[in-house]
Amino acid sequence: MIVVMVLAVAVLYGAGAYLLLQRNLSRIVIGLGLLGHGANLLLLMAGGRAGAAPLAGTDGPFADPLPQALALTAIVITFGVSAFLLALAYRSWVLTRSDEVEDDVEDRRIAAMIATRGEGQDSDDENDAGGGDSP
Amino acid sequence: MSPLLILPIALPLGTAAVTIGLVRWPRVRRTLGVAALTGTIVSCVVLLVQVSDGSVLVGHVGSVVAPIGITLVADAFSAILLTISAIMLLAVFVYAVGSPKTDETRAFFHSVYLILAAGVSASFLTGDLFNLFVAFEVTLTASYVLITYGGSRLQIRHGMTYVVISLLASTLFITAVGLVYAATGTVNMADLATRLADIDPGLRSALGVLFLVVFGIKAAIFPLFFWLPDSYPVAASPVTAIFAGLLTKVGVYAIIRTHTLLFGEGGPSTLLLAVAGLTMVTGVLGAITQNDVKRILSFHIISQIGYMIFGLGLYTLAGLAAAVFYIVHHIIVKTTLFLVGGLIEERTGTAALRRLGGLLHTSPLLAALFLLPALSLAGIPPLSGFVAKLALIEAGFSIGANLTVGVAIVVSALTLFSMTKIWSGVFWGAAELPPPNPEGLDGASLRFPRLMVVPTGFLVLLSIAFVVAAAPLYELGEVAAASLIDPDGYIAAVMGP
Repeated sequence: MIVVMVLAVAVLYGAGAYLLLQRNLSRIVIGLGLLGHGANLLLLMAGGRAGAAPLAGTDGPFADPLPQALALTAIVITFGVSAFLLALAYRSWVLTRSDEVEDDVEDRRIAAMIATRGEGQDSDDENDAGGGDSP
Repeated sequence: MSPLLILPIALPLGTAAVTIGLVRWPRVRRTLGVAALTGTIVSCVVLLVQVSDGSVLVGHVGSVVAPIGITLVADAFSAILLTISAIMLLAVFVYAVGSPKTDETRAFFHSVYLILAAGVSASFLTGDLFNLFVAFEVTLTASYVLITYGGSRLQIRHGMTYVVISLLASTLFITAVGLVYAATGTVNMADLATRLADIDPGLRSALGVLFLVVFGIKAAIFPLFFWLPDSYPVAASPVTAIFAGLLTKVGVYAIIRTHTLLFGEGGPSTLLLAVAGLTMVTGVLGAITQNDVKRILSFHIISQIGYMIFGLGLYTLAGLAAAVFYIVHHIIVKTTLFLVGGLIEERTGTAALRRLGGLLHTSPLLAALFLLPALSLAGIPPLSGFVAKLALIEAGFSIGANLTVGVAIVVSALTLFSMTKIWSGVFWGAAELPPPNPEGLDGASLRFPRLMVVPTGFLVLLSIAFVVAAAPLYELGEVAAASLIDPDGYIAAVMGP
């Protein structure tokens, strides 16, 4: 039983990490979801061996209730944040019509510098680097 | 349990709940927000006075005692950070109200800002690892909303980086909490401090490194800083200012707390000293190559985090006291610089150095507001940065960490260089390219909104007052450092007799 759980956690973390490294936003969102599930299973396993009764009544031995409470809290947080992330990904798609994650500012600056090297002038990247008020 | 432990969390959070309902009354929301943050400051100051003798105030929520219940703990270190962050939160709130570009009259800005305030307070007050995770999530979720508040393409693109990196860090955090619980059977930090000593040293250091990575991402230490300079500058100016002042410092707080209480080896840490040196160097080199005010300042956050980790890495009373002193200095000065950056942007419509110039003649007030914190950041005597860096460097020499001390001194000089770059780009000379509002460069009659200038000026005065009162404040830092380096009082206070 516990070996199955360990394997499940390993698969979830592995698949989550793989998806997180992709360039498509939708895959990143799913990857983060899988990582969250893996973490919740890991919390559950931290409570010890499976099979004990849940905490109810007076005669023990009981399963450790704390990891269950922690996992429950973590699930709620993951749920809320995933909803926000999906909204953000949708907004990004509405604005750019593409699901790809773009290069970061420095990478684009270096690429632009290489492209314009012969002309002895680096690119005007200021609108990219500047404040958040551009359309 | 003392209401002082609850108020810094409950006041902003309760007010946030009330203001969500007041969609149509932005003025009422503003007033309530200012009242709540003022109340938070008062309760934090009272708390600071109570624990300034080195005592530890503990509260058990619902009277369920540690290690089972939810524990709130305030020692001198957390009370100092609570107080200074409450002051920053109020000053930046007023600035946001005055700043036309922040768009704060739109629904939910005030509520989300207050939730951020509650999350920051909760991070400083919590006594167990899992609630630290929850407090981080509250802070981060509010920050996700604030960083993408304008909803522009740029904000979404860079905000996405921030959200994904933070979520990855949170997942690692919850993993680390699960592993700690599996190894020891508790998540209460005071309880852990005694139980971690019994487990296998290899496992203990693995857990320590995992937590260092988690908090290192939040604090933006080398090599985990790459997300910060991309995401911070795109937010509205007051949002960037409060992020720069507080959010990375919450990460630094968590590193210091877990290192001193749980994973410290009781001596100088080569790993932390190396990380500190590399963080300082990469941050400042990044700043030198930038040509945008907000991006230069963002890279400086990273470089300054290195100094705080340096103080922790020394692990002496003087080193930790200097680190505490440095954190407070940094929070004030960095927030002020970003607020000044926001004023520059407000006037000219840009923060790009090539589009700015000659503001010294048209707006000498702005130049003065920039110059004092900029020189302080670089460590010019007699400003607060000088006192803080001197304390760190003395502490470094006293245990022979000469290499890192040398790096710290060189980085100070480079910091001064990049500050002069902003100075000569923005305040001297002429603009190479016209800014979006050209009249901002020569129209001396242009006036700033008063609510933007007053908080900025107040923070500049606060940083000067900080130097004047440096001796008693440093003693307070020593009280905090003493309880960090010898956590027996903390453990005894939480676990009870």
